Amino acid sequence: MIRHIRPIPLLLAGMLVLPLAQAYTLEQFSFKDPEKTEEFRKLTEELRCLVCQNESLAASQADLAQDLRKEVYQMMRAGKSRDEIIRFLVARYGDFVLYDPPVKLSTYPLWFGPLILAGVGGFFLLRAIKKKKQAQDPDLSPEERDRLAQLLATTGNQQKTPK
Amino acid sequence: MSKSMRFLTPLAIFGVLVLLLFYGLYQDPHLVPSPLIGRPAPKFTLPALEDPKVTISNADLKGKVSLVNVWATWCVSCRAEHKELMRLAKVDGVRILGLNYKDDREDAKRWLQIYGNPYVANAFDADGRVGIDWGVYGTPETFLVDRNGIIRYKQIGPIDQQVWEKTLRPLIDKLKAKT
Repeated sequence: MIRHIRPIPLLLAGMLVLPLAQAYTLEQFSFKDPEKTEEFRKLTEELRCLVCQNESLAASQADLAQDLRKEVYQMMRAGKSRDEIIRFLVARYGDFVLYDPPVKLSTYPLWFGPLILAGVGGFFLLRAIKKKKQAQDPDLSPEERDRLAQLLATTGNQQKTPK
Repeated sequence: MSKSMRFLTPLAIFGVLVLLLFYGLYQDPHLVPSPLIGRPAPKFTLPALEDPKVTISNADLKGKVSLVNVWATWCVSCRAEHKELMRLAKVDGVRILGLNYKDDREDAKRWLQIYGNPYVANAFDADGRVGIDWGVYGTPETFLVDRNGIIRYKQIGPIDQQVWEKTLRPLIDKLKAKT
């Protein structure tokens, strides 16, 4: 009776299922130990997908991300430690896979550059403040001071009597 | 600090910043440098594309300067690159070993029939597992491997005439000159 199946409803039903089937999720990667499942989720969130570079391995829908999730999953099931898995990925894809770059010679500017910039900025700021303080001592002669007081007094009076 | 310095210093800092940002404009963040350069090519043993009974491995890289080209029929840029690979193999006599990545065997064979085969051999990496070992993240990618099986350079994205003339050819000539 296969001929009696109407194609349109079938197609519509298929369209409902299709989007669900296309998306990768983390649900297929579960461990007996819920702590391990959590560890897997955390680790893949700390790793960066090389294809969609602003997404984590956990979130990315790229095929490569799925392959790497499988790889990480298998390694975890084989009892590999977090460090071993990270070393495995860094050996192949470089430090780029880490959201948290390691401190080493090539990343010194990244880690210490801002501190140096803040230091240089602080130095100039302190110097500018010191200079301002010195300049605060105005060299007014006694006559100028009297005149200044007078001027201030008159403007003060005017303000007091607005009417 | 003199008065002119007070104006020139921020201007100079701004100038440096502009230069840095300008430089950044021409950097492609999708080119991730491979940690494999200067290291032995990762170990692999795979069936050949044309004949599953034939095995292709690191032994096929020993003794000759080769390009290892990662490609697939679903990869649009590979199609663009293919003409250049044909030219390299035919005109310049470059030895190209193919790594057919996550592809359909029949599709790949048909591709080579239709567009020509620039490869001395093709390894068939159906699940992309060898691709992971080589740090492949987007086809086409091409590795330059020296006589001792050490990776010397990685080209990410298609090889075109410019890449060949400016980068690959000089590197290959240098490696070939070494005895």
